[in-house]
Amino acid sequence: MARMTNIEIASPERLASSVRPSAVLRNPLVRFCIRKPLGAIGAVVLGLFVVMAVLAPTIATHDPDLNNYRTRVKPPSVQNWFGTDNFGRDMYSRVVYGARISMYVGILATLLGTSLGAFVGLLSGFFGGRIDQLLQRFADMMFTIPGLVLAMAIVTMLGPSLINVIIAIAIPRLPNTNRVIRAAVLAAKNSLYVEAARAIGCRSWRVMLRHLLPNVTAPYIVVVTANLGGAILIEASLSFLGLGVPPPAPSWGRMLSLEGMRYFETAPWMAIIPGVFISAAVFGANLFGDALRDVLDPKLRGR
Amino acid sequence: MIPTLLGAFTLIFILMRLLPGDVALYILGSGESSEINKQALEQIRKDLGLDQPLSVQYVQWLWGAVQLDFGNSYWTRQPVVDELKRRYPITANLAVMSLLIGTCIAIPIGLLSAIRQDTLMDYAARVFVIGGLSIPNFWLAILVILGLVRYFQWLPPLNVAPFWVDPLLNLQQLIFPALITGYRLSAIGARMTRSSVLEVLRDDFVRTARAKGLRESAVVIRHALRNALLPVITIIGVELLTLFGGLVVIETVFTIPGIGRFLVDAITHRDYPSIQALIFVFAVFVVLVNLLVDLIYAVLDPRVRYA
Repeated sequence: MARMTNIEIASPERLASSVRPSAVLRNPLVRFCIRKPLGAIGAVVLGLFVVMAVLAPTIATHDPDLNNYRTRVKPPSVQNWFGTDNFGRDMYSRVVYGARISMYVGILATLLGTSLGAFVGLLSGFFGGRIDQLLQRFADMMFTIPGLVLAMAIVTMLGPSLINVIIAIAIPRLPNTNRVIRAAVLAAKNSLYVEAARAIGCRSWRVMLRHLLPNVTAPYIVVVTANLGGAILIEASLSFLGLGVPPPAPSWGRMLSLEGMRYFETAPWMAIIPGVFISAAVFGANLFGDALRDVLDPKLRGR
Repeated sequence: MIPTLLGAFTLIFILMRLLPGDVALYILGSGESSEINKQALEQIRKDLGLDQPLSVQYVQWLWGAVQLDFGNSYWTRQPVVDELKRRYPITANLAVMSLLIGTCIAIPIGLLSAIRQDTLMDYAARVFVIGGLSIPNFWLAILVILGLVRYFQWLPPLNVAPFWVDPLLNLQQLIFPALITGYRLSAIGARMTRSSVLEVLRDDFVRTARAKGLRESAVVIRHALRNALLPVITIIGVELLTLFGGLVVIETVFTIPGIGRFLVDAITHRDYPSIQALIFVFAVFVVLVNLLVDLIYAVLDPRVRYA
């Protein structure tokens, strides 16, 4: 009420500026940053890791795979900013190149898993009936196996390679995405615009792709960002267990594997630095995902 | 429930058989396929029953699994079920401790964070939550072990003392792994508690409870929290699944001889009967937990009971 009286008193110009925010403020990106500062920080952190991954050859100071027995297990110094590991490899360069694996596997696995899941959810929600029953029972089965365990089993069966690790991380993301998208499709299916599209004689696939798909993009984006942190974490766990991208690829999880345990005691930088990077990447993804969910999911708004 | 289990078993079976990778070749030492070895290969395949049609293998395995006979390990040649019996109490012990720790931390933190929304307390709780979701548990475990070794000359135990034999030693051995896996669980639980309580606090019955002059503590605990707990229980039930993934890693780091580490060993040795048996046990466990969650629902929510 107080605001309304203010507007009545204000001059026309001020009225205009108080009702319509300036062009800068109307920019959705700027509004996101103001309303969700933590989410913006998360996005920046995530963006920095992507930049680090892309520019790895420029940023790194050494060859990440170059063994050098003269500089084994050296603490951080001017030459080796984060010290060296038990093969004398430069930890800083390895961590920088590690961003490549982490981001590449994390992002691709998330996109692959959620896209397949969304496709299944779209089919399931749209057609209903037997197809829906079948697909959802299949999702029930997948829900009974822990994601990490399923990923471990898949990598073992397929053999460790970059593409297989991506597949192994993607598949456990299917059932959850499928449920979310199915629910969104079910909610949108009975709306007037779908009825209208059907009434003018659109074919099923057209209704599905042109009318339903655009209306489930918001939950889809939420699912993608919500899964990213988990995917990075599973990649790290797989590498840690020796089931990740095969060596000598500098994966953050592998740098922490138990073979290095006897060095960690005397060379704590070897244990601390890769962990900080994993945590920061997942932290960024989680913060960004949470904020995006708050903005895109009206039901959760304001929490 | 039964169809889900049956489906899960079929899925495991198909996954293990249809994907590439020859067990017999692996057992014999991979890579070599000269004439002499071919006979040995056939012999191993025959010993393991791999020469029979898939359908026969499937029925045999399923029939065995129902009778808790999972066959012999390819690696130790001992019955898998013996190994399971030896190891599952340790993992169950660890899981219950993690669950207790997780829940006992999650609910108070989530509640405080909700009723003191946007205060320092709330921000601290949210940092705690995001940390729990972001920090890899194996890294936390490594740091804890390094700290324990450095300051307390602690060494990872070789054998875990059963709880009923020596509760104190058992607690001493398992408290740190349980705290680490419990942390993640508590983060997820606290987040759910917070958003759930925030939602319930806006409901009419909370206003009514306040209007009739109840103390704030009674309003929050008896009226709001009780109604807010249902989604929290659901999420903790779902997260038990993730907890098992976490236990696999934690048991490896702390060298605890539970079924999680058994799985890692079985996978490195391509010990198919053990892997199948373990995923089977996980699946049964998950289905049982879901049942338990439904039962707790009925206890907490009269609407479910009478429906």
